[in-house]
Amino acid sequence: MKDRVLTRNIGPDLEPTNMAAYEKNGGYQGLKKAMKDLSPKDCQDLVSSSNLRGRGGAGFPTGMKWSFVPMGDKCTPGHKYLVCNADEMEPGAFKDRLLMEYDPHQLIEGMILAAYTIGADLSYIFIRGEYIVSIKRLRDALSECYEKGYLGKNILGNGFDLEMHVHPSAGRYICGEETALINALEGKRANPRAKPPFPQVSGLWGRPTIVNNVETLCNIPHIIDRGAEWFKSLGAGQDSGTKLFGVSGRVINPGCWELPMGTPIREILEGCAGGMQKGLELKGFLPGGGSTDFLVPEHLDLAMDYDVIGKAGSRMGTGTLIILDDQTCPVGMVLNLIRFFAHESCGFCTPCREGLPWTQQVLLNIEEGRGTEKDLETLAFQINYIGAIGNTHCALAPGAIEPLQSAMKYFREDFNRHVSGHSCPYSSVSKTSLKKPGVH
Amino acid sequence: MNNNQVIQTDLANVLTEEEILEINQELSHVPYKSGAAIDALKIVQKNRGWVSDACLQAIARHLDMSSEDLEGVATFYNLIYRRPVGEKVILFCDSVSCWICGCDRIKEKVSQKLGVDFGETTSDKKYTLLPVPCLGACDRAPVMMIGDDLLTNLSEDEIDHLFADSDFGGDK
Repeated sequence: MKDRVLTRNIGPDLEPTNMAAYEKNGGYQGLKKAMKDLSPKDCQDLVSSSNLRGRGGAGFPTGMKWSFVPMGDKCTPGHKYLVCNADEMEPGAFKDRLLMEYDPHQLIEGMILAAYTIGADLSYIFIRGEYIVSIKRLRDALSECYEKGYLGKNILGNGFDLEMHVHPSAGRYICGEETALINALEGKRANPRAKPPFPQVSGLWGRPTIVNNVETLCNIPHIIDRGAEWFKSLGAGQDSGTKLFGVSGRVINPGCWELPMGTPIREILEGCAGGMQKGLELKGFLPGGGSTDFLVPEHLDLAMDYDVIGKAGSRMGTGTLIILDDQTCPVGMVLNLIRFFAHESCGFCTPCREGLPWTQQVLLNIEEGRGTEKDLETLAFQINYIGAIGNTHCALAPGAIEPLQSAMKYFREDFNRHVSGHSCPYSSVSKTSLKKPGVH
Repeated sequence: MNNNQVIQTDLANVLTEEEILEINQELSHVPYKSGAAIDALKIVQKNRGWVSDACLQAIARHLDMSSEDLEGVATFYNLIYRRPVGEKVILFCDSVSCWICGCDRIKEKVSQKLGVDFGETTSDKKYTLLPVPCLGACDRAPVMMIGDDLLTNLSEDEIDHLFADSDFGGDK
């Protein structure tokens, strides 16, 4: 792509940016413009009319999310918070790491602008503890910002005050759920909260709080600097802007690329990732991380737009594709995913805490050749029961069910062959047996 | 009951002055003391490698929490260690992209070289092997972390090489 936006400072030959490099390439222009000429309401309007949708997975319109934060007299006196969700832990997702390791100032500029828009005076980057390099580079970048007066009191003479901290997490996938993240920031167990109240009105310490994904926030400086119409024009389909798309699995050139929103899947898989490795055929793929439904080769010409992928029966999620080849067992792959989600359940609600390990055991039986017709019926029951919205406290378990339900739909024959043949038909090419449940 | 009292009276000397200073620094950012619970656990763990019962009780007392409440927090998070760990923790990614790319074979090799399974520490106390949720480097699968270092595109040969060299893994 000619006009890369989010990754314009990122490439195989480029060094991670510091303040000087970031500013040299147009960095902090959005901040300077906003501090000089734009009110928070102006910024809110720009982001709303840009149609930016959240890049963390749910695709909720960012401007609308921000609009629920009480402003001015409507807000009781006290802090408001802006939190960056940098807890990238979705299986198969590796885009936020890239943005933070190589261009940390872009995220920080986006956060300052977001905080200004909602009137937040305290902000946190909630980042997974394993992202050692990102944590260091973000902290270095924050120091540069305080020195420059982009953070602290009276930013660029505007009268706006903002403090920002990097908060490394102590682990657990569930912290990516925004209310669980808020509980973790408060030093508690990361069980998701009941909603309402939504964080926009009662979040961190009971105060108005916005939680946005890294990639979402990285778009903000460009929207403020170059306008909503420009941002909308970047998309190739229905959605605005560009998107970081990733491909992992047994393809020739796995990686992450910035492309227009609405880029056809085939272009990402074949054009960027170079297609399948020699001797392998594409069997299916998860379009947006481990908690999205499988799609199959007939979907390759679909556009990577939220609604297009939604209509095809899956979700665009994080935009990071996980590729299933024809020599990898689909039952084994789903077992790996269900085991992950069973392990990462916070344990709060029964369908998730009990249902996912049960599903894992049934899948293990099938994968190891002990499965029966009754087990397939049990899986169908679990799909309906755990997958139904409203049966669980949060979206973790329904998300876990997505790859299972679509695997049962597209690869039913594979499940049947495991049961009728009393073994995994892929075992001669498989990657040795999986761990039994309960070991970790 | 008696035991409990003995531990309680000893608490004053469990945490170092530096640890208490660092925890107090975190306390200045939060409206309630318990808000610094995870930070305090991490500060102690940074110095000692893990969080012992005595440390946990001392932290709880410092934060005006019950030790049971703090234990609930400590055991929730997979990067807080409530048992001693080796000099370096190996965080081994066994999530889906690494699995497709053959991480099970790599795991077997690591286990074989070090003589440990997940959750165990080598006899020389050098390494503890733990599974970890997707490490976010799926384009370079299979991957694992040893201490603070991320190792990517792992092969069985590389595992042989890595653990043949006992000098591996200085602070980069």
